Amino acid sequence: MNLLTTILSGFREIRAHWFRSALTMFGVICGVASLVTMAAFVKGKENLLRESLAQSGGLERITVESEDDLPDYQKHLEDEIRGITLKDVYALRNNAPLVYNVTPIIEKRSFRSDLRVTRKGKSTRYTLLQGTWPESLDIMEHEIEHGRMFSDIEDHLAKNVCVIGTEVRNSLFGEYDEYGETIVPIDETIFINYKPFKIVGMLKEYMTEEDRKKKEEAKKNKENKERGFDWRSMRYKDSNSRRSMIVYSSKNSSILIPLNTLVSKLDSSFESGSKMDRSLSELTMKIFDVSLLEKSLQQVRNVLLRTHNGLEDFEFETQESFADDITQAIYNERTSGMFIAGICLLVGGIGIINIMLSSISERVREIGIRKSIGATNLDVFAQILTESVVLAVSGGIIGLISSPFLIDGLASYAPDTTPPILTVESMVIGFSFSAITGSLAGLIPAIKAAKLDPIEALRYD
Amino acid sequence: MPLLELRDIHKTYHLGGETIRALDGVSLDIDSGEFISIIGPSGSGKSTLMHIIGCLDSPTSGTINLDGVMIHNASARQLASIRNKKIGFVFQFFNLLPKLTVRQNVELPMIYSGFSSKERRERAMNALESVDMEDRSKHRPSQLSGGQQQRTAIARALVNNPKIIFADEPTGNLDSNTGERILQMFDKLHTEGKTVMLVTHDPDIAAVTPRRIEIRDGKIANEIDPKLSGQTPRFNIGTNN
Repeated sequence: MNLLTTILSGFREIRAHWFRSALTMFGVICGVASLVTMAAFVKGKENLLRESLAQSGGLERITVESEDDLPDYQKHLEDEIRGITLKDVYALRNNAPLVYNVTPIIEKRSFRSDLRVTRKGKSTRYTLLQGTWPESLDIMEHEIEHGRMFSDIEDHLAKNVCVIGTEVRNSLFGEYDEYGETIVPIDETIFINYKPFKIVGMLKEYMTEEDRKKKEEAKKNKENKERGFDWRSMRYKDSNSRRSMIVYSSKNSSILIPLNTLVSKLDSSFESGSKMDRSLSELTMKIFDVSLLEKSLQQVRNVLLRTHNGLEDFEFETQESFADDITQAIYNERTSGMFIAGICLLVGGIGIINIMLSSISERVREIGIRKSIGATNLDVFAQILTESVVLAVSGGIIGLISSPFLIDGLASYAPDTTPPILTVESMVIGFSFSAITGSLAGLIPAIKAAKLDPIEALRYD
Repeated sequence: MPLLELRDIHKTYHLGGETIRALDGVSLDIDSGEFISIIGPSGSGKSTLMHIIGCLDSPTSGTINLDGVMIHNASARQLASIRNKKIGFVFQFFNLLPKLTVRQNVELPMIYSGFSSKERRERAMNALESVDMEDRSKHRPSQLSGGQQQRTAIARALVNNPKIIFADEPTGNLDSNTGERILQMFDKLHTEGKTVMLVTHDPDIAAVTPRRIEIRDGKIANEIDPKLSGQTPRFNIGTNN
């Protein structure tokens, strides 16, 4: 008995009892759909986390922050704490060959300090002001879309220039002009703590790939419509779909200015003494080789201990812990999701066993007839197993077809979750799971059917 | 050499500590082209005999040679293959699959012998033609009369061109006129050279065959064989006197 005939007879059997089959399939449909949907949501989350890891500098980036809490044996030296200074930056640049682009950063946040960014009566809601060197562009994975980064000379001369993120532009200028064109406020002036700064560059808008696609689509759709469209409504819609990922939004809300400018013109705490002694928020650098992370950290530590006279008033922050967290979180979600989907499939499988058992006890006579005209035990076994697999796989396919709708439905029900990504991989897994469920569930009924004695079976009523 | 050669066939069952001798030393030769009936009351062992010759069951002891193959100790797989290729069954209750059409029912044995679907269709239609059922090929068994169903079953038994056809009370579920037609059909098959074995409890039905074997208590109690006694068999089918 060839496979095609067996499969066709499986379908005939399903059609003959379509309602019963549909009920049986429902378990598998749920199992496969939930498996694929779960995988899509986890994948979406994973992608977002990985993207944001890359966006915040990748694994190569390490950051040194000052730490007020000294180890116990150094507690009595707390008065000596200097924090991280430009001296450390130069020392590292000269003495730590495993790292490069050592860059100082002084940060000010609008919600914590008295930082005010204004223009013509408008102000920003949340701003991250960073006084830094031009190298920071590379370290923080910034990309300039319009204009340029400020130069070393502008830093040296403490010029009032700045590079802004798109969110700053949105707050102070708006995103689109009345013709629907994107506003590029290069050479405009904004006021940071009431001091004028010239915008020399604007960063690109950071967002997830999903959001970018959605935004472009939305824009295209609107362009096809009439010209006099109110672009602000789109902004609203867009920000609604924008996921609140801190990495993206804080990058978009950044203003970069030369370190010197910040220290000499905006810093009220800066009083006297050398600029070299000004304590920095953090210094950040990249390592050449991620596999040499431990060695690089040790090197940086040695250099810093020397400039800090042996005081351990600093700590490292690497992205590796972030990466580990991502892996762990994804693993957890995947396991729990798999568990739930597994239970669904188990229930579906038991449903199939049940229905196949009752189906063969209804068909004892048929099995007897088939055996009397020459079906081997293997033929009967294959027939029942195939019916079970056909049942499960049909359920699996329906589950696969319905999973995109389920995903869309869930995503629109909870718009603030990370955008799910339907992967072919998960669909293949879901499909094979349904096939495996079907063949496992079919085993017992198929063995039972194959073992039937043809004489007994023919007598059966 | 006979088509079928049984030597000292025993079949015993154990039912709750009691041993039942269903067949107790049956020896029998059947030649190719014979029309033969096995008669006996219920419980006589005739069905067991048919099941053993029909490869549905194996004897406890004894040897069976069917068409040059020793089948008494063949594996289940070999028996299935023999049932498929050398044996055709016709049952009292027709035993057609209700979900399949007449043609699909007739095709069924060929599915297990690996014919292509085109070949299956052709041969099934030929077999249906030989029992005058070709115009009902798309009907389902439930849409047919008993006689039509039995003719379909005969077509199914014929379709793989078997060496021997077993008919187990083939008229038991039919009215006498229809039953007569079915018996005539078996007679026709016999005259075409087929080996046909009727199993029945009814001596009147057994009377259509030249050779009759009566089974009682698992043994051959009586045998009428025209070759041996020169008796002329009754061919006046259905007169029932």
